[in-house]
Amino acid sequence: MDFQVVVLAGGTSKELVPLVSKEVPKPLLPVANRPVLSYVLEQLELSNLKDLIVVVEGEDAALRVGGWISGAYVDRLHVEVAAVPEDVGTAGALRAIARHLTAKDILVVSGDLVSDVPPGAVAAAHRRHDAVVTSMICSTPVSGPVESGSVGAKDKIKKPRRFNIIGLDPTKQFLLYIASGAEVEKDLHIPKSILRAVGQMDIQADLMDAHMYAFKRAVLLEVLEQKQNFHSLRHDVLPYLVKTQLKSEILLNGTPQAEENGHDKVTSESNQTIISQILANASTPRFHEVYESIHNGSPTVQRTHKCCAYIASNSKYCARLNSIQAFSDINRDVIGEANHLSGYSFSVHNNIIHPSSELGSKTTVGPHCMLGEGSLMGDKCSVKRSVIGRHCRIGSNVKIVNSVVMDHVTLGDGSSIQGSIVCSNVQIQERVVLKDCQIGAGFVVSAGSEHKGESLTRKEK
Amino acid sequence: MDARRGSLPVPRVRQVGFFTPNAQPAPTRSQSGPPDSSSPPLSDSPASNSLSPVMIPPPRHHSDNLAAAPRPTSPLPVPEPSPFRRRGADNNNALLVGSYNPAETLLAMSPSSSHVGDGESEETMSGGWFRRSNSGKLASSLPSGTFDFSPVQSTAEALKPNKVQNPVGISAPKEQQPEAPSSSKQPKPKLTKAERRALQESQRAAKAAAKAGGGKSVAAPEEVATIKSVKQHQTQKKDAPQVAVSVAASERKGGDKSQEKERRKDAPAPRMQFDDKSRVEKAKRRSVVDQTEAKKRVELFRHLPQYEHGTQLADLESKFLQLDPMHPAIYKVGLQYLAGDISGGNARCIAMLQAFQQVVKDYSTPPEKTLPRDLTAKISSYVSFFTQCRPLSMSMGNAIRFLKNRIAKLSPSLSESESKSSICTDIDRFINEKIVLADRVIVQHASSKVKDGDVLLVYGSSCVVEMVLLHSHELGKQFRVIVVDSRPKLEGKALLRRLVAKGVHCTYTHINAVSYVMHEVTKVFLGASSVLSNGTVYSRVGTACVAMVAHAFRVPVIICCEAYKFHERVQLDSICSNELGDPDAIGKVPGRMDVNYLNDVSNSGNLQLLNLMYDATPADYVSMIVTDYGMIPPTSVPVIVREYRRDHLLI
Repeated sequence: MDFQVVVLAGGTSKELVPLVSKEVPKPLLPVANRPVLSYVLEQLELSNLKDLIVVVEGEDAALRVGGWISGAYVDRLHVEVAAVPEDVGTAGALRAIARHLTAKDILVVSGDLVSDVPPGAVAAAHRRHDAVVTSMICSTPVSGPVESGSVGAKDKIKKPRRFNIIGLDPTKQFLLYIASGAEVEKDLHIPKSILRAVGQMDIQADLMDAHMYAFKRAVLLEVLEQKQNFHSLRHDVLPYLVKTQLKSEILLNGTPQAEENGHDKVTSESNQTIISQILANASTPRFHEVYESIHNGSPTVQRTHKCCAYIASNSKYCARLNSIQAFSDINRDVIGEANHLSGYSFSVHNNIIHPSSELGSKTTVGPHCMLGEGSLMGDKCSVKRSVIGRHCRIGSNVKIVNSVVMDHVTLGDGSSIQGSIVCSNVQIQERVVLKDCQIGAGFVVSAGSEHKGESLTRKEK
Repeated sequence: MDARRGSLPVPRVRQVGFFTPNAQPAPTRSQSGPPDSSSPPLSDSPASNSLSPVMIPPPRHHSDNLAAAPRPTSPLPVPEPSPFRRRGADNNNALLVGSYNPAETLLAMSPSSSHVGDGESEETMSGGWFRRSNSGKLASSLPSGTFDFSPVQSTAEALKPNKVQNPVGISAPKEQQPEAPSSSKQPKPKLTKAERRALQESQRAAKAAAKAGGGKSVAAPEEVATIKSVKQHQTQKKDAPQVAVSVAASERKGGDKSQEKERRKDAPAPRMQFDDKSRVEKAKRRSVVDQTEAKKRVELFRHLPQYEHGTQLADLESKFLQLDPMHPAIYKVGLQYLAGDISGGNARCIAMLQAFQQVVKDYSTPPEKTLPRDLTAKISSYVSFFTQCRPLSMSMGNAIRFLKNRIAKLSPSLSESESKSSICTDIDRFINEKIVLADRVIVQHASSKVKDGDVLLVYGSSCVVEMVLLHSHELGKQFRVIVVDSRPKLEGKALLRRLVAKGVHCTYTHINAVSYVMHEVTKVFLGASSVLSNGTVYSRVGTACVAMVAHAFRVPVIICCEAYKFHERVQLDSICSNELGDPDAIGKVPGRMDVNYLNDVSNSGNLQLLNLMYDATPADYVSMIVTDYGMIPPTSVPVIVREYRRDHLLI
């Protein structure tokens, strides 16, 4: 279908700091005991997109990601892992791999997207409208724990970057305005011309840019080249394209077509115009065409380009792992309501307990839980709505609620963990009480301590 | 003639007033003498004694030959040439209808007269069926040609010996021939007697050969012969569209067998009947687009595809990247059809052809396959994909037929790149000659009909009609346009916008008001999706209504339609073949999502919403058809179909 896929997997993200580390870059963060990147890759594989370019920030991270991919997808996908220097931003990353891009359209997917929206739908919407850029937009996922979260959690819900202000035309097919919530302080600046051309504009704050874009390659490369200061696709490139859609500064593909027909006679050229006229009249005019036709008389021909939006239906799951809160949300959802994403088959109790794990007597694992391979649990433990990784050793009388416990974690007797994320190789000694905490990899929590809403990490040596 | 036959909407004789520019009626309303006095002939034919329910009663006349005399009701004398010709037609007709001379069945052998085999099967439904189609004077409508013949020749001999009196049969047509062609074949160059004779001979030979080859009749011969057979009656009824199509394909030129065979191959497969469960199942398994059948299907239209709208697009979109064999250009056009981004016969056809061009350009023959075969198969699969997105229009069917024919006729000595480029240029030529140039010619012709002071009524949005209006405006003619529109598509709005932008004086109204605005109208210009060989105009729903009202007000109705949209099929109503749009669109008001008065009742079981897309305008309400071959009366459509079909395929 002439689509090339670029997965922007990212590197060690600052927002996820206690969770990610040099050993575990962001793409490899486990979601239901699978790296988050695997969700994207599998969704793409389902859509028959098997030639991918995965862009990772930082050489080390790229090595790790590449190693994992080649191990996991050796026969299934043809993946090229490209490393780009850190902090070049998404636009910079695309600039770096620009020479690898050859197809007519480029599908850019963020590596932290956990979604079951078929990428094909975005591509189809893109092609149908012959758009310059098509962005997938989904409704903002329900954030925060199911039970009433504490104050600390609420602060994180309010992460402004999660929200976008999105303006759509009445048919909800075209993107008229986009800004991330953080940038908007008081007022929105919307070009008058757009408003005049469209007539009516819906501005919604409950939608989220899912960071899956289909770009026309020529346009994308041109914009990236012309605007060297553009750093991020979402903050720079997309708003730029949306803003200039009625006075397009980019050269659209109109010119090469004219050259193709150039060898024919003048009559055929006029025929071409008639044909295009027929086609244009027959199709329902979008506001772009209307605007163009109004301004046709003026000496400077107004060129337009289309920015489309594909709005995922509400029944689809779509979330981005770009904050700690999102991490626990996604973990919860993937083994909970969106469990078809995880790829596991759930037991009758609606949970997954690996056969090699051992449970002590009177230990209960509730629904929407997952217990990884080789984990040992002592007596009288209780696990609710939590993910426990591989080879964990959990003592007796431990309570784990709404938490994520990664691999090789040791939990002492009588500890209680609620709403927390415990990274790999953490040691938690006896009678520790954790609430809404993030424990970095390899940290040791001393016996009897009590933490609430804290982020604990080992000091970098 | 039984009453049932009489009540059918297509009357027997159709004579059209003007066929030359001179015969054009005066444009002003006051002397709006019917430019085409198409109604009187109605009364000439015995069939029209009882009026069809949809017809507006024409002034009555009692005598057969009255048409020759000026009609008392019409303020203007009927244009000069028409009465003359009509007499010819009437005579011919009277002979046919009045005397059920069994020999008439053999008339089918004569190449020019089209009255075939309606002699003995009059009691059966099928007889009536054919009779009607014949009465449209379609040369090509020989459903009966294959159907009725074999019984007559093979088995009916014993039962009705007088039927096979060949000498009589031959002599009868000879007498009539000189007149018959004059009635319907205006634009065609006349054949000399000798030529006609030769053609006749060759056809008879072919017939004999066919007979020897075994009865290839559609229905069992005995059954037909014992006329009253109910069984046959039913099969006929059920298969009617199929028979019409397949037989029409094998029509006419059936001189040499190979050619006939070829034509049969060219002919589109019979339409799928969606009330045939097993076939629907089969089709479903093959289909690409996941279509959920509508829960509430309109009973009368069960034979047409009725699917839930709204789900298909999303479903198809999500499969976008999974369907490997589909070419992206094809997929894009399919999506656009499905989403309604492209509508209008010409535009859909152009989009399709351009997509095919893209396919051909990107095509490379797989190993161990030959280009013509493989490419044809590919295109067939794409066509079925398009059909799933939206049923194809007949014009598109013609274009596809042309393309396949060109591919099949490629010389095997050509290299792959040569064949590809030859196909591409063929497609280009089709678009340029059949659509663009044709439109230009039509515009030239039609705008000659626009006079100063005219009030033109247009319906919906047809691109040719629009070009005509704009061209006339550019010529500096002073006229006014009334744009009649209809819900739910409101296509006229876009047309109106463009016309007003060009400075044309316009009035915009909805079809409900058409009888009020018709008073001041001097001409009606309409587009067509297809023109069938009985002169029926198949077009956007509402066209028939406009044409009938115009006819009642004695306003000439001018159809602008490219000749590539002509089709040899015969259709008498808009039921057997139509397209159903989104039923929910009827209840909705564009731009007002909140207004949906049918919301609360649409779930109740006893409400079915019907959104028909097309209707069939009987030829009687059409004064003239402007095509790229000139301005013709609707009766001449079969001539164009027949005579230019070969050219059309060869280009």
